[in-house]
Amino acid sequence: MKTLELRSEVTAASVSAPPSSWDYLADRSFRAMAQAGVWIILLLLGFILWSIGGKAWIGMRDYGIGFLVSTTWDVGRQQFGILPHIWGTLYSSLLALAVGGFFGVAMAIFLTQDFLPPRLAQVFRTIVELLAAIPSVVYGLWGLFFVVPAMRPAAAWLFERFGFIPFFGTTLSGPGMAPASLVLAIMVLPTVAAVSQDALRLVPYKVKEAAYGMGTTRWEAILKVMLPAASTGIFGALVLGFGRALGETMALAMLIGNSNQISLSLFSPANTLAALLALNFPEAGPREVQVLMYAALVLLAITLVVNMIGEAIMTLSSRRRVK
Amino acid sequence: MRRFVISVTLAVTALVLTTGPALAQDSVRLTGSGATFPFPLYSAWFKAFSQKQKTVSVDYQGKDSGAGIQDLTNRTVDFAASDAAMTDEQMAKVPGGVQLLPMTAGEIVISYNLPGSPKALKLPRDVYPAIFLGKITKWSDPKIKAANPGVSLPDLDITVVRRADASGTTFVFTTHLAAVSEEWAKGPGAGTTVNWPKSDKIVASPKNDGVTATIKQTPGAIGYVEFAFAKFAKLEMALIQNKAGQYVGPGGEGGPAALASFALPANLRAWVTDPEGAKAYPIATYTWMLFYKENKDPKKAAALRQMVEYCLTDGQKAAASLGYIPLPETVVAAVRKAASSIQ
Amino acid sequence: MSPAAVATHAERTATTSLERSPFEPRALKNLLLTAGVWLAALLAAVPLVSVLYMLVVRGGARLSTSLFVELPPAGFEMGGGFGNAIVGTLVMVGLGGLISIPVGVLAAVFLAELGPESRLSQVTRFATKTLTGMPSILTGVFAYAVVVLTTGTYSAPAGGVALAVLMLPTVVLTAESAIRVVPKITRDAAYGMGCTRSQVIWKVLLPTAMPGILTGVMLAVARAAGETAPLLFTALFSSFWLFDGGVPRLWQPTASLAVLIYNFAGMPFENQIELAWAASLVLVIMVLIINVLSRWIGQRRG
Repeated sequence: MKTLELRSEVTAASVSAPPSSWDYLADRSFRAMAQAGVWIILLLLGFILWSIGGKAWIGMRDYGIGFLVSTTWDVGRQQFGILPHIWGTLYSSLLALAVGGFFGVAMAIFLTQDFLPPRLAQVFRTIVELLAAIPSVVYGLWGLFFVVPAMRPAAAWLFERFGFIPFFGTTLSGPGMAPASLVLAIMVLPTVAAVSQDALRLVPYKVKEAAYGMGTTRWEAILKVMLPAASTGIFGALVLGFGRALGETMALAMLIGNSNQISLSLFSPANTLAALLALNFPEAGPREVQVLMYAALVLLAITLVVNMIGEAIMTLSSRRRVK
Repeated sequence: MRRFVISVTLAVTALVLTTGPALAQDSVRLTGSGATFPFPLYSAWFKAFSQKQKTVSVDYQGKDSGAGIQDLTNRTVDFAASDAAMTDEQMAKVPGGVQLLPMTAGEIVISYNLPGSPKALKLPRDVYPAIFLGKITKWSDPKIKAANPGVSLPDLDITVVRRADASGTTFVFTTHLAAVSEEWAKGPGAGTTVNWPKSDKIVASPKNDGVTATIKQTPGAIGYVEFAFAKFAKLEMALIQNKAGQYVGPGGEGGPAALASFALPANLRAWVTDPEGAKAYPIATYTWMLFYKENKDPKKAAALRQMVEYCLTDGQKAAASLGYIPLPETVVAAVRKAASSIQ
Repeated sequence: MSPAAVATHAERTATTSLERSPFEPRALKNLLLTAGVWLAALLAAVPLVSVLYMLVVRGGARLSTSLFVELPPAGFEMGGGFGNAIVGTLVMVGLGGLISIPVGVLAAVFLAELGPESRLSQVTRFATKTLTGMPSILTGVFAYAVVVLTTGTYSAPAGGVALAVLMLPTVVLTAESAIRVVPKITRDAAYGMGCTRSQVIWKVLLPTAMPGILTGVMLAVARAAGETAPLLFTALFSSFWLFDGGVPRLWQPTASLAVLIYNFAGMPFENQIELAWAASLVLVIMVLIINVLSRWIGQRRG
């Protein structure tokens, strides 16, 4: 079907003959524009890094590595440390990615592998995409008014019965890691689901047919054939989802408690780098701005490192598969 | 069809973008930014003023006092607002000089959420700093019980809710705490953000409404918010013991009494951190608008002066109903005089 | 085996080998996983439905035409609307898209087609992935430094630039993915017809990859429409119409739905809080309409 459509598209006079000089010109200028697009991105990142880095450099020079391991944030005494923020960022984003990613991919499988009639699946697909548009503030309010009260009895029970496990080591007084991560997972889910759906749909149907032809069950076909085939796309979805989780500010600021604690407990309040930036930047004096830019660089570095680890995992697992 | 839509969109966009700053404007448009504390009041004022004065329209966006000062220094706004006024250092950075004008005042209340909603809980002078320091951790603590005989206090953990973002409200509250409690002054100290004690019972939320919502949602919570927010969200407000030993609540005579207890110096900048006077409410503050002494556009300067005049006259009438303290007459006169330096 | 035995064996296996007993381990696993995915979908649906429900109930209570034609109320005022915020959001997201979609798709074309393994592409991919993690407030700060400080005023184009930077990584990554997955046969066929590289890209690859690209664009648009922090630093807010007597005032602070919600949700007045919910609902509906429209336009090509 694709090749037939193709024929009808390109049998215009312009392409059934050798390319004219105008065609060459168009070709060259289009390719130049594409390259320009890439350069714009690089320049943009470079510019951003330069403007952040310029200010961060002074912060780095003055506070050094101690900045990364100190837990005090005292503007009055000009002592700054972001260890609790790094901890909170990693904990909340990874947790959100794990939960949101899992459910997102599950949702994607559910909506593309014929578990629902196609029309219905399309409707749900649109609804899920819509959830990506809900403003962050609304998620924050929903979390505060709905998730936190709903979590409280469960949290109290877990604390009483399993308080010896560090994950349930404290009581939930209100905002905390668990409600924040849960809401963050809900925010990440639509992105992961939408992009994963595209990845799964693009696997040619005959691949699945081939698997069935060999006698796999439905799930064997999905898990052993479709998912690996769509794995680059799904990985891309997870990258986007993780990026969203890391950079989320408003909702997280309302739900995480903004307390400089380092704790394994899911119910303890915590802090994140993005919230730190969003909440302190407007009021920051020149000194604080430098320190905040340093923190911003750390956040970008975390994005980088996690992405690199993810890619390494992908390459290793695909190498294994090929063998 | 698609080509049509695309070309129309492009045409409209081109049109929209080219008709930009080149247009002559016959009405004056003023932009301000800064403190969120007086945002509800300012937005009411500016809207009424713009309707009254057809040739002037004023926009104000609450971001945070510091952000407003930044905007003023960068000359991206026509005026700013701050709960913490401006330090001499900050004022020196603005070429041409800055005129600070206190426009209204407000009270900061300590709100709490207890099952059974006991009203008007009394908090003695040594108790509430200790609560915020994390030293008193349960509502059934004997010190709280002693000050409130007859009120049944549950054995609930106290969850302290503070501001997550840097704010003028925090500045005023912590300045007061530092004046009242030595331990506080040595510890977290005063500022728009301070180093709060480490405890998982001290949580933070962004902005006044975030703190209000968190207090409302958390049984056993206590926190500090601006009076209008507590009033309209129907939160319980505590009676605080002032310097004279009296328990005073917000919203009544306490605010004006606090403001009256001291005189503003010539530069119109002062904070009443611990007012004298039996009727004074302990935590009240002015909030300032910041203007350039040298404006680039004389029409704008004239419009700004008109705006100030409006705020001093009609504006003060609206202040009380919205939860703010109207300026005392002496202050109004002083501000009017100082406003003439906006040129 | 004797021929008779073989025949009966074949007969027996022929009829039973195509069916499975549901208790055979593989079939059991299959059943469990299907139950599992249904459970997961339902579990995921609960909070999603809850958010939408809260939005529809709280926001819908206030829906009326006055929302679209009136200006934001102040303080104690009743009524009012946010018509200017709707216009502002449309204009700024539109500007953001106008910058980020062409740049993003062009870059994606380069990454996927014109130089996939080149050094330049690897570095760019790296850069884009890093940019996805950038907190939205930093895009606002960046646009502030670049546009607001140079023009000396808050403005709608500044907001557009901030949103464009926010949208760009999403568009690039999804578009690249979408273009890469177009089957090789399709490309080869086009080359076989004598197309130049650009013609292959323009007439074959992009249309085929369109659904995937659109997903990315929609996600980016959805996110941009709902972000507050970038706009606080670039477009601020305004209680007045963007089009003043038929003429647009672009180089002034501009209202937007996201900032309106941020402001109003934070006020202690019932009227404003209700309007904030209504604005959230309107925002989501707007994105829905754009979503449906773009899919319709995208499909008419193929």
